[in-house]
Amino acid sequence: MDKSDMRSQGPLYPRDKTLHPKALTPDYKSSLFRSPKMALVPVNTTMSEISGPVFGPNILGEFDSDLTKNYCSAEQMAIGEQIIVHGKVFDENSKTIPNVLIEVWQANAGGRYRHFSDSYKAPLDPYFGGCGRCVTDQNGYYSFKTIRPGAYPWPNGGNNWRPSHIHFSIFGTSFAQRLITQMYFEGDPLIKLCPIANTIEDPASLNTLVAQLDMKRTIHMDARAYQFNIILRGRFSTIFENKMDGN
Amino acid sequence: MDKLHRLKEIPSQTAGPFLHIGCVPNQIGLNTFGGIDLGSVLLSKNTEGKRITLTGKVFDGKNMPIRDGMVEIWQADANGLYQTSDTKSDGSDLNFSGWGRSHCDFESGSWIFETIKPGPVMMNNGSWMAPHISFWIVARGVNLGLNTRMYFGDEHSLNEKDPLLQELKDTKRIRTLMARKITENFYEFNIYLQGENETIFFEI
Ligand SMILES: [Fe+2]
Repeated sequence: MDKSDMRSQGPLYPRDKTLHPKALTPDYKSSLFRSPKMALVPVNTTMSEISGPVFGPNILGEFDSDLTKNYCSAEQMAIGEQIIVHGKVFDENSKTIPNVLIEVWQANAGGRYRHFSDSYKAPLDPYFGGCGRCVTDQNGYYSFKTIRPGAYPWPNGGNNWRPSHIHFSIFGTSFAQRLITQMYFEGDPLIKLCPIANTIEDPASLNTLVAQLDMKRTIHMDARAYQFNIILRGRFSTIFENKMDGN
Repeated sequence: MDKLHRLKEIPSQTAGPFLHIGCVPNQIGLNTFGGIDLGSVLLSKNTEGKRITLTGKVFDGKNMPIRDGMVEIWQADANGLYQTSDTKSDGSDLNFSGWGRSHCDFESGSWIFETIKPGPVMMNNGSWMAPHISFWIVARGVNLGLNTRMYFGDEHSLNEKDPLLQELKDTKRIRTLMARKITENFYEFNIYLQGENETIFFEI
């Protein structure tokens, strides 16, 4: 997207709240004391929200997008089912977005995070850190290689297991597009049992977080592929900040 | 508005308790990305403007500081210009990133930024926004990242003319957006997710 193109874009479309979880979701216990009680206050977007940090591929190191190789030496490799996760980043206008930074983190193949506060007894994988990142190319395309994370139990007052998932942190071109979410795997029976996945009430919306097995992109005798397309908020095509802000 | 061919934004999910692995990996000893976490440095020695330290905590509904959350900020430079790919030609300070990220300390819950005080920002209609910093808060238990704005409590006259502050009907809650000046270069801004001091969060 060149400069003149960026400049021609206006405020963001209002966020469709029905697609997102509510703040208070009692089945997910952690939300009880961390959810604002007052309604969000709608404001007209200004330059402060329309602009945002943008990163290019220059920030990336050689193995940032290969989680099977970025926590071990050259002859070693993370333990687990090798997979490619790939897709395109679009805005709501169906336009692909280049230079989108995507940060990912995940548990290892046994469902254990390399984090001091994860007390699950599944073993750590000495060859797996669980952290990676990539940037979309000029066609809005991204991909990274990893292992399929394991499911894990978590404290939520019952017999709760998280489905296999990868955490995504996504930067668009606006601070108002900033998004953190989780990607699930097609066919996982734990998705419909998960209190966190089910904070999303609209099944069609939840389904957009489920990556699809993509046999066309499989790497022969190496890795299966999953496709996960990411849609960020869209923007009006012309500036009418004047009109939006006028009072 | 053209609604043809509109796709729908994918939904948010909580960042969870292990967000550090992906967002601030060097803070938990992962020693990756060249040893420097993205967003940990906003300034260089050539950055224009008045240096300030900005710190605070994020409190939950039990009035306990959250210790597994993360805060991101986005702000204009000393001249009120944003540092983005589309404003690089507009004279914004190339020695200032404008974007910062800090996790809440694992013991105290404090987040902290070394930054500069932003200038007033001119809007397209010619009116001015008072110096302010956009905040985005994520944590375990927060299903959708929370947006708010921090203003400088000592900027009385500029704050009075700020279009967003003027629009807020609930003037009692405006104080939740004000950073407290502790010393000349040190501001404190606490964020309350619930309770009588609940911060104003915006739908932007
Ligand atoms: Fe997780």
